[in-house]
Amino acid sequence: MAATSTPPESPEVAMIRVRRNLRYYLDQGFYYLTMAFALAIAITLVWIVIQIGLTAIPAITQFGLGFLTSTTWDPVQNIYGILPQIYGTLVSAIIALVVAVPLGLGIAIFLSEDFLPTYVTTPIAFAIELLAAIPSVVIGLWGIFILIPFLRPFYTFVHRYLGWIPLFGTEPRGNSLLTLGLVLAFMILPLITSISRQTLVSLPPYLRQGAMALGATRWETILRVLIPAGFSGIVGSIMLALGRAMGETMAAAMLVGNSNRINISLLEPGSTIASLIASQFGEAGRDQVAALLYAGLVLMILSLIVNILAEIIIKKFQNVER
Amino acid sequence: MIMTRNPQPTPKVVLQVQNASIFYGSFRAVRDVTMDIYANEVTALIGPSGCGKSTLLRCFNRMNDLVPGARVEGKITYHGKDLYARDVDPVEVRRRIGMVFQKPNPFPKSIYDNVVFGARVNKYKGDFDELLETSLRQAALWDEVKDKLQESGLSLSGGQQQRLCIARAIATKPDVILMDEPCSALDPISTLKIEELIHELKQNYTIVIVTHNMQQATRVSDRTAFFNAEATEQGNRVGYLVEYDHTSVIFNNPKQKATMDYVSGRFG
Ligand SMILES: Nc1ncnc2c1ncn2[C@@H]1O[C@H](COP(=O)(O)OP(=O)(O)OP(=O)(O)O)[C@@H](O)[C@H]1O
Ligand SMILES: [Mg+2]
Repeated sequence: MAATSTPPESPEVAMIRVRRNLRYYLDQGFYYLTMAFALAIAITLVWIVIQIGLTAIPAITQFGLGFLTSTTWDPVQNIYGILPQIYGTLVSAIIALVVAVPLGLGIAIFLSEDFLPTYVTTPIAFAIELLAAIPSVVIGLWGIFILIPFLRPFYTFVHRYLGWIPLFGTEPRGNSLLTLGLVLAFMILPLITSISRQTLVSLPPYLRQGAMALGATRWETILRVLIPAGFSGIVGSIMLALGRAMGETMAAAMLVGNSNRINISLLEPGSTIASLIASQFGEAGRDQVAALLYAGLVLMILSLIVNILAEIIIKKFQNVER
Repeated sequence: MIMTRNPQPTPKVVLQVQNASIFYGSFRAVRDVTMDIYANEVTALIGPSGCGKSTLLRCFNRMNDLVPGARVEGKITYHGKDLYARDVDPVEVRRRIGMVFQKPNPFPKSIYDNVVFGARVNKYKGDFDELLETSLRQAALWDEVKDKLQESGLSLSGGQQQRLCIARAIATKPDVILMDEPCSALDPISTLKIEELIHELKQNYTIVIVTHNMQQATRVSDRTAFFNAEATEQGNRVGYLVEYDHTSVIFNNPKQKATMDYVSGRFG
């Protein structure tokens, strides 16, 4: 090694040393402030889970995992199980996705492509995002007074001609899992549309140019390049929407019919975990509150699973993106 | 390097530009270009920035259709057929006239899917694996990627990505390949590889290349078109074709003084 002598430090170099002036302390203060906020959120989440868990302990110890598979909900004898609610939660959410995903994605594609000039698409996109701002109780009222009467002939028609399919095998009632599913679809549509649209709009233009230059048509470009490239964003929006549909309370309580049964027919009333909690919490005794909080815990875990799945899917597809 | 003169006395004209002016909205970017592009030759477009080389290139495969407000006046024909006639399908045009962009733009898909993309959308009936291999070999990329065909195209280096894009363009089996500064983001070694590749490709394809690199133009091209831009009364600049001839003529004894100044680096 060549011996090198360290040159003496010149006065200019001293300038680059950290100076503990006001800017330094502001910087540090800001760092700790934001860290405190971030921690506060995590702690709140854990705290909520612990508190709910503690209150639910009597029900957890009494019913164990049988709570998930029992169909009895009997406040008189204090025997509880939420299988019908789990079923209702999942089925209504799936109906919502089946309706809202193709619709939302279709709208997102329509708004992100240059089918219409931007002075038309921008207000439409804004209006769709405003849909998300309607309070769910208002949507519930709308469901009861407008949507159900409107859907009745359609339900009758479906039952008459498709009644041989067990899913439509019973006389239609207004309040049903199908009604709830459709309303939920309406409620999650803005989420799917706006996030998917953002994703598609923010894709780099050279992807489209590359595909078009290889002789792809507009639709081939959309289906084979743009949607795969934006896949993680689109899946993210769907998962977010699923979480929202499963947790929706007010509209569910108003529209699902709150009947504690599992019926293969979507035209029958049912119940969801959130609607169960909302409709029973008011007059619940001690044991029942424990059971309801246990149900709430189950719902949280279901949502957690959905979110973890979403993360996994997004991670899996992100590696092919820039 | 000395250009190799084509054995045929008059090579076949593939693309013919007749008095074409190209507009973006009301802005005329390029005016009154007239030139012929010959089969199995490399034609270089050179000129200062903003003189409309990319604009003209994009008109050859109707990529300018993607720019709202872009339009062409005059005539551009491909094998005698007006490219901008009403009954011409731009998608069909782009299948025959492929394009390689300045910035490598592989799709966020596997290397395999990138190469066969064009074949897939063209409903290619042949063997995809074979197509893949020949295209990658032609693009001098096969040896580097043959063991990782399922990896993302984005995992390659910039130079490899550009060769992947060339392979992708070749796999569509075009007739003409347009290249817009294909080496501007690459190191000298990758550049050299792509230049060799262009030499190879000339046997089977007609190539039009935009470049800012004078040496590159002399190395790869048979003919060179020099474009320049001039100010108009409206205060914007319009590009026009100054001189178009065999590359050796353009670089050694051009007829126009502007060309001489530009190619010898005495420009502006
Ligand atoms: N999409 C577009 N919309 C409007 N004007 C454009 C568009 N693309 C290019 N232009 C204009 O057309 C003129 C020619 O641009 P072009 O990109 O063809 O130049 P170029 O010769 O390729 O330049 P460079 O060497 O820098 O790539 C410029 O004045 C530019 O501003
Ligand atoms: Mg350019």
